[in-house]
Amino acid sequence: MNLHRVLDICRGVAGLNGKPLVSIVSAGLSKFGKNEGLYARELFAEAVKEAFDRCPRLDPKRDVKAMFVGHMGESYEHQGHTASTVADWTGLLNIPATRTEAACASSGAALRSGIYAVLSGLADIVLVGGVEKMTHRSTAEVTEYLAMASDYPFEQWHGITFPGLYALMATAHMHKYGTTETQMAQVAVKNHYHGSLNPKAHMQKEITLEKALASRLIASPLKLYDCSLITDGASCVIITKPELAGKFTDQPVHIVGSGQASDTIGLYERKSLTSLLSAKLAAKTAYTMAAVKPEDVNVAEIHDCFTIAEIIAYEDLDFCPAGKGGKLMESGETKLGERIPVNTSGGLKAKGHPVGATGTGQAYEIYLQLTGQADQRQVKDAKVGLTHNVGGSGATAAVHIYRSDQ
Amino acid sequence: MSTQEPFTIEQFYKYMLQGKLMAGKCTRCGKIHLPPRPLCDNCFSQEFEWIPVSGKGKLLTFSVIHVAPQQFQAMAPYAVGIIKLENGLKIPGMIAGVTQEQLKIGMALTIDFGTCNTTQQWPQWPRYCFKPA
Repeated sequence: MNLHRVLDICRGVAGLNGKPLVSIVSAGLSKFGKNEGLYARELFAEAVKEAFDRCPRLDPKRDVKAMFVGHMGESYEHQGHTASTVADWTGLLNIPATRTEAACASSGAALRSGIYAVLSGLADIVLVGGVEKMTHRSTAEVTEYLAMASDYPFEQWHGITFPGLYALMATAHMHKYGTTETQMAQVAVKNHYHGSLNPKAHMQKEITLEKALASRLIASPLKLYDCSLITDGASCVIITKPELAGKFTDQPVHIVGSGQASDTIGLYERKSLTSLLSAKLAAKTAYTMAAVKPEDVNVAEIHDCFTIAEIIAYEDLDFCPAGKGGKLMESGETKLGERIPVNTSGGLKAKGHPVGATGTGQAYEIYLQLTGQADQRQVKDAKVGLTHNVGGSGATAAVHIYRSDQ
Repeated sequence: MSTQEPFTIEQFYKYMLQGKLMAGKCTRCGKIHLPPRPLCDNCFSQEFEWIPVSGKGKLLTFSVIHVAPQQFQAMAPYAVGIIKLENGLKIPGMIAGVTQEQLKIGMALTIDFGTCNTTQQWPQWPRYCFKPA
């Protein structure tokens, strides 16, 4: 994909100029963590129940017309065919239920698919969500399953793990821009602090910079505290046509920009090893559609699967110029209470990363923030939010921009 | 140069038995594909020829893997990287015989065939790795 193609995409959507595409009327999230003894479908039911309870004017059996469910791996539970399974376990049979798979961006893709469905007119109210049950597997097994998001004959065969791919980006970023291991550790410290304010986060304890820097190597230069968590969890949001939103809630959150893009499955084939073209394209599309500038964003949930990923995302989302992501982290401006709080939920780093649930889990946090329901971690006067969800080493990215009515 | 062999990933690895690093060159637009592809992503042609590629290159980026999947656990820690070959194409792989301290971006590497052949559950095709030149 070249720049002309990108501009074509943007031209196609620019006419929307901030008009809501769809509106979120409710959202739900299971507790993220080590949910022993629960199957993915049972976790999903927990998230859906919260969304139904938050929206008493919605009659689920009457109103919900379709569902899209992000789920990455059959290997964890020896269970595919996830969408119909969870439709059954949430009382939503016999609506069309479709699974979306885009590695760690599976439910970012579900959200995008739900938007397609609503805008097509084929379904006016859609439940989109995601789920993953991971913690009952060994670290070696999870390492192997996650690596399936990378290139099989050229990355997996050569022992390049998923942390290994981000480690390759980290080494390149450090060499090119002088980004430091301390700046990466600061991402972990910040997100663990935010996680300590989130009762649904997997890890709710603050960590020190020293502890992060002293943790054991996973794939150099990435250490244990540079890596997101192996977590069980589920998430969902309910979206509808903007003109119907008032029927179900007095506090809708509108999605005003939606971008999704693909890139090579192999990291080695990319022109840049220090930024994700898919994320840049998705962001440019979403910003253009939303008529929103990076400096307008009040709160963002960013795909910090590894600490270097958050630093690269600052640059890909134009929160700072290329190469300055480490400096932006160091400045403290992305912490709660500062200029642009990033990952108030704790992010993938501390809230946890049940891969299929992550994309709509990010949307859940932005929904809470823009409706003033984020309690201790509420961003004051938050009106514009952004989510950035990446699959694998960047072969998929989905960026969404949200706006409240207030 | 044989033009009979299919332009597949399997054939790419089979050439390694003969100690050859081979790429597919599109005979219509000239784009070189490493690994080969059945459809040129530039011009959509299906006409290719095999061309030999130099296995010498420079290290673009690297990592030492400490936590490995089951198939590679016995080898950990091991170094991996992305190598830019002399013709400008890039290829990932393991880097044998180096420590973390010896790894440097820009260091000269050369391909080595028939090593890193450790996996049990995956296809037993020949492999390659890189070593310091």
